[in-house]
Amino acid sequence: MLGLLDDFLERRARARGHEGWTAALLLSPAVAVLGLFGVAPLFAAFQLSLCGGKFAMGGYVGLDNYARVLHNPAFWKSAEVTAYYALGTIPLSLTLSFLAAWFLFRIEYARSLFRTAYFLPYITPVVAAAMVWRALLNPRSGPLNALLAGLGLPAQQWVLEPRGILHILTGGLAPPEWGPSLALCCIIAFDVWHSLGYGMLVFLAGLSAIPRELEDAARIDGAGTVQVLRRITLPLLAPLVLFLLIVGGIRAFQSFNSFYALSQGGARALGTTENLVIHIYSNFYEYGDWGYGAAVAVLLSGAIAALSVLQWRLWGARTSQR
Amino acid sequence: MRTWPKYAALASMAALMIWPFLWMIGASFMDLAEATTPSLSPWPREWHPENYAQAFRAAPFARYFLNSLAVSGAIAAAVTVTSIMAGYALARLRFPGKRMLFAAILATMMVPFEVTLIPNFVLIGKLGWYNTYLALIVPWCANAFSIFLMRQAFLGLPKDYFDAARIDGCGHLRFLARLAAPLAKPAVVTVALFAFLGGYNALLWPLVVTTDESMRVVQVGLTVFAGDAGVSLNLLMCASAIVILPAAAVYFAAQRQVQEGALGAGIKA
Repeated sequence: MLGLLDDFLERRARARGHEGWTAALLLSPAVAVLGLFGVAPLFAAFQLSLCGGKFAMGGYVGLDNYARVLHNPAFWKSAEVTAYYALGTIPLSLTLSFLAAWFLFRIEYARSLFRTAYFLPYITPVVAAAMVWRALLNPRSGPLNALLAGLGLPAQQWVLEPRGILHILTGGLAPPEWGPSLALCCIIAFDVWHSLGYGMLVFLAGLSAIPRELEDAARIDGAGTVQVLRRITLPLLAPLVLFLLIVGGIRAFQSFNSFYALSQGGARALGTTENLVIHIYSNFYEYGDWGYGAAVAVLLSGAIAALSVLQWRLWGARTSQR
Repeated sequence: MRTWPKYAALASMAALMIWPFLWMIGASFMDLAEATTPSLSPWPREWHPENYAQAFRAAPFARYFLNSLAVSGAIAAAVTVTSIMAGYALARLRFPGKRMLFAAILATMMVPFEVTLIPNFVLIGKLGWYNTYLALIVPWCANAFSIFLMRQAFLGLPKDYFDAARIDGCGHLRFLARLAAPLAKPAVVTVALFAFLGGYNALLWPLVVTTDESMRVVQVGLTVFAGDAGVSLNLLMCASAIVILPAAAVYFAAQRQVQEGALGAGIKA
């Protein structure tokens, strides 16, 4: 069977001077799936965003949906939540994963044991890990409040707490609506914990690519650890840092699972844990407002594309300097 | 810097990373009263392994598991096949429009999934696929990153192999099936593993295209189980442990492959 087909295609290729038939056969399944579910939806999303209707595609309404999005305080709130989340997770996760990799690179024993420990959260399904965190952070039965009580501190509502973390840390000096809510900070902490192992792996790969002699030479010239880090290690890792920034930025704009699983049932802490993807999901799926959801999605994709191009430019400028 | 502070720093961080898992396992063996008594220690006073059987009775987790394994297994198989075929064509065949097509496939990596979510949901409805395995599987049967990975793997094979096979009368199809795909095994395994894990961990898509209890995958089943009023904490921890187990098993069985794949998979996001 395979042989017959193969012979037939070879004869065709010889007759035509190129291997178009074989290529068409091999490429068609992938192209069909990608075209139908990856490319066509882009245009369909734009079309949907111009139509009304509840739980169905209604008539043409022009830019109505976009106007509704831009006048909706809940949309701006979810944009703010997404921004806090990105500004919280990315620097924390980068710093911690670098420190982990840097220490790991400098020890002799038990390396793979530690590496496995740090990487384990990354491979566990977000939903299951989030259930465990919810139990740990449970205000009544969770061990974290037991720890606070042991330290003589007041109990917290954690993922259910809509008040700002600044308000809580300053003992009520800052207004409760300032900054990210404690509930959002719990999600940030969860995602740092969950994704740290990935950054560590990237940094470990980067560190092992730096020639040992560079550091040795600097040491002989009398450089201390901090100087080696500042003058050699970090500059050489700059492309990796930028790569992780891009990946982290895109992930921050697309995260859904941790938000959904951690703040389910808590009315999303008065909207302080409703990010843009949750905002799309709830309007489109829970309220059936397809056009509105599509409009937010189109705006969000435009923002992600602009951000990627910007970062790409910066990255290009950075690497062409070398 | 001396050695012991490094170990101390690494060990305390490792303890923080691991502690939630230990606590989960501990709480899953406690009785309800002990599990809901606030305590940092994960060690149960009394062991109750029968909790696991009870969790399986409390919700149809066996069914959720079958669904998840069927769906992620099918996705892994399909992605592997489509990526091998497309990757080989893009690496080894001469045909008009090749560079354009390759660029177009790569460009689909830039499309964020939230913009495809609603149109794909509508499309699934038009096809009459709500609450079917087709809805859970078909949209994920090909992805640009896996195609890219396979293309790179095939480009890395020496050209002489093909010339030798050709002299023996092999065309591209036979060469691909008998030699090229087996030779590219590390890339094939990586692609299959990540397609499997991606399918297994998915939440948002299964959440919107299935409503039937019998069609739920484990991630959806777990969130529904957790949302049920009156679910016991110890049983919830059993369920979480069961859901984590297959992912952890895949990781420990193919640690090296998973870590290398993760390094590459980051480029995808």
